[in-house]
Amino acid sequence: MESSILTLLIFVPVAGAVLMLPFAMLYGKENAHYYKWIAAITTGIQLILAGILYLNFDPALSIAESPFTVQMNWIAHFNIQYFLGVDGLSIPMVLLTALLSFICIISSWKIEKQALGYFSLFLLLDAGMMGVFLSMDFFLFYIFWEVMLLPMYFLIGIWGGPKRMYAAIKFFLYTLFGSVFMLLALLALYYYSDPHTFSLITLIHTVGSIDAEIWGISVKYLIWISLFIGFAIKVPIVPFHTWLPLAHVEAPTAISVILAGVLLKMGTYGLLRISYPLLPGEVVNFAYMLAVLGVINIIWGATNAIAQIDMKKMVAYSSVSHMGYVLLGMAAVISDSPAGAQAGMNGAVMQMFNHGTITAMLFLLVGMIYERAHHRWIIFPNDYEKPELAGQQGFGGLGAKVPVYTGFVAFAFFAGLGLPALSGFISEAMCFIGGFSVFRTLTIIGTLGILLNAIYFLRAYQRIFLGPLNEAYKDLTDISHRELFTLIPLVVLILFLGVYPAPLLDMISPAMDGIIKIVQSVI
Amino acid sequence: MSNLSSLSYYIPELIIILAILLVIILDVIPACKKYTFSLSLGAILLASVFLWQSYGESHGLFMGMISIDPFSHFFKMIFLLSTFSIILISRYEKQLDSKYSAEYNALLMIVLLGMFLMSSSINLIMIYLSIELVSIPSYILAGMLKNDKESNEASLKYVIFGSFASGLMLFGLSILYGITGSTDIGVITAALQTIDYPLSIYFPLILILVGFGYKISMVPFHFWTPDVYEGAPTPITAFLSVAPKAAGFAILIRVFYTMFTIDGSVSATLPLANINWPAIIAVASAITMTLGNLLAVQQEDVKRMLAYSSISHVGFMLMAFTIVSPDAVRAIMFYLFIYLFMNLSAFYMAIFASNKLNAHHIDDWDGLGKRNPILCAFMALTLISLTGLPPTAGFVGKFYIFAELFKHQQFYWLAVVAILNSVVALFYYFKIVKSMYLVEGDGAHDKIVAHPVVNWSIILFSAQNLLFFIYWEPLIGFIEKSISLWSG
Repeated sequence: MESSILTLLIFVPVAGAVLMLPFAMLYGKENAHYYKWIAAITTGIQLILAGILYLNFDPALSIAESPFTVQMNWIAHFNIQYFLGVDGLSIPMVLLTALLSFICIISSWKIEKQALGYFSLFLLLDAGMMGVFLSMDFFLFYIFWEVMLLPMYFLIGIWGGPKRMYAAIKFFLYTLFGSVFMLLALLALYYYSDPHTFSLITLIHTVGSIDAEIWGISVKYLIWISLFIGFAIKVPIVPFHTWLPLAHVEAPTAISVILAGVLLKMGTYGLLRISYPLLPGEVVNFAYMLAVLGVINIIWGATNAIAQIDMKKMVAYSSVSHMGYVLLGMAAVISDSPAGAQAGMNGAVMQMFNHGTITAMLFLLVGMIYERAHHRWIIFPNDYEKPELAGQQGFGGLGAKVPVYTGFVAFAFFAGLGLPALSGFISEAMCFIGGFSVFRTLTIIGTLGILLNAIYFLRAYQRIFLGPLNEAYKDLTDISHRELFTLIPLVVLILFLGVYPAPLLDMISPAMDGIIKIVQSVI
Repeated sequence: MSNLSSLSYYIPELIIILAILLVIILDVIPACKKYTFSLSLGAILLASVFLWQSYGESHGLFMGMISIDPFSHFFKMIFLLSTFSIILISRYEKQLDSKYSAEYNALLMIVLLGMFLMSSSINLIMIYLSIELVSIPSYILAGMLKNDKESNEASLKYVIFGSFASGLMLFGLSILYGITGSTDIGVITAALQTIDYPLSIYFPLILILVGFGYKISMVPFHFWTPDVYEGAPTPITAFLSVAPKAAGFAILIRVFYTMFTIDGSVSATLPLANINWPAIIAVASAITMTLGNLLAVQQEDVKRMLAYSSISHVGFMLMAFTIVSPDAVRAIMFYLFIYLFMNLSAFYMAIFASNKLNAHHIDDWDGLGKRNPILCAFMALTLISLTGLPPTAGFVGKFYIFAELFKHQQFYWLAVVAILNSVVALFYYFKIVKSMYLVEGDGAHDKIVAHPVVNWSIILFSAQNLLFFIYWEPLIGFIEKSISLWSG
């Protein structure tokens, strides 16, 4: 059981997608009912499996010692392995993926358009994401990384908003541009290391001895740059972020949740899983740049969010800002105070998890209002299709009409701006503590981000929910039970981890200590 | 081996020759006319059986004119498979007049025979003759649609370019003969090792490259490709884009590896080491893939786009040709094998679309995903494979080629050019995917069903993309056996 659980986590969704085919043949493709339930049950099983994994997970064990690790030959003559493993870095991401996938299926319950395609592609996407977080073989990692793009392209392109086709291909081209460089890095790592291997665990020990040069530049430096391009586009690090607002806004609600909640984390996960342990020397050289980019992300994302009048776009830019904290925390790995390095690294991974839950909630809530009002403008734009509404407030005074919904939005907005006692605060504070131990000035500039976050969240809240009720929405219905069901788990997690983050922290920190040790050893 | 005793090793070719003659004879007997189709297919099947049985043998036949070896066997299997499939599919292509089907099949089999010879020639005369044997029937096949202006144009352009290129190649071959005093490429190799002025090889080398480059449509000898591919009947386009190209690569590899290397590597002690032909190929490869891709981006006609994209695939394969090593040959052959299937399935899908919807323009494919979901799903798989993304065999093929550059630590700039090209490729291949799935279409939701032969050809040729991704080791093992010629 223990050794097959990781395989099941990846392939249960695939099995679910395949299972839909006989149903399609027997009952026709229009019968959305079956596909919803198959998807819900498969992701439910996956969530239970992830829960079992969590309960039996021992953070003290390395990947080599863990009973969950699977290692088999796939293509022997290239030394490609089917190598899955889980450690403190990947388990929060695995849990997050399983949870959000399940929630997203529930929130997609009203999808009727080509339900078979939607739910089967969603399950394939789910499998791809799981695969990325569980692969310990670089080749396998790369395969899952790319496989994930295909369902994403279709999910945005078919079920998205008005500019969906442009958004889908832009997303695909951007991420592919990044990942092809990763392919070069992958090959360089393979051929320059001795023995030739793709195993990320073995590479930690063998990459250090590479001292070759290409075009007079150190190979390790070039590998770092190639990997960085791939990961930076995914995070996304400004100025590689322009695909993000478009894709997030055009994607259907559940897909925005997955994009912001899981896909963005892959960039930082990749840096921590591959670049950090394999190329510690380059990490030390680039840490300052990472911190600078992190702060730029924080400020750039937040100021852009302030300027948005589309709620979804605002949330999308807030993601850019929040991922900046992760980068700042990660950069603190070079801190000469052990506490600073630990706070930064642990904070970064916790922020990855917490941002996943918070942003998921934000996107779900935006999706709910969009479903009811068929727009999500905080203020109608000047070129709005109905000229009499241009420049007017989109909503107003909803607080009295839909109190439960308003309460959830308030909760999510406060979590987003980092209110103490909610999980975002803990991880952001840790990132800043870590950052402050190395980059004083930068961190002080970065903390401005908190203020900026408060501006746009509070202002949006005020414009939508406070004041006199906009008469156009006097028939608005409050949140349904199904929607409640998708939000409650996230609320519980955000609140619980905000008060008592120890379970998450204890899981992460041994793995982070390992990475810190590797990086610190080359300073 | 003497001529007479050679014959017993020459059975597959003899079967094909016999079939060609029979098809032509039966065509004039009204009662037997209908058997020509099954006769052609039967002959190809029979030849395949004999070929398969003799796999692994290695002989020089007809007094050193051609060589039967695993390397040529591998390519011959590709030729047989593609010709078989094309003859089969052509029967269901509306464009083609069934009145000429016997001639059509006979011509295809003559090309097949020519390709067989191309992959085994080890003598300059045979090389020239076999290339002509492939080219001349191809000119006719491209112009098969008698009343179609574009088809006539295609044929004429093909003839002019083809004869010019083969003229230049013949010039190159004769200079080579003048320098070395022999037409046997083994003897030429030996003579080249003691040559006084190695630089004098450059001239014939480039001229020969013109001839081969024209066959594989390497830039700048590609100008015929788009017009011929667009004008020719679609099955012929599909055929030209794979089989003669594979033959071109077979002869390119054989000639260059035999004449300009020693045991599959460029040794520094030879005078030949001064001739940096891999660098020439590297530049040609970069230009070929970039130009092919950039031109493909602008195309709105599916056939024309696939034509330009096939040029860029040649650039990719040439990339591995810049590395002189048996492993690089393996990478090219793997890529060719996968390319054969994915390109054929893409063209078959174009046949299906043009037969049923009269669709040539990409916009005509709008909403096709709803009207035949299964075929479109496989088409999407093929396009993903052509782009070179996992989980498909197209990715594995590209991976092997990139791996060669890294293994030998050469031409990294070429790897960067190629990797950027594959991003460009995504853009235009996914225009088709976008049309099929993302665009709503004009509201026509009636299902369109392909003929079972077309249907299953597309599905089988496309499904291999998944199969050879999940487990490709046996295929690589087979290819490895086929190149024992150089790896020893």
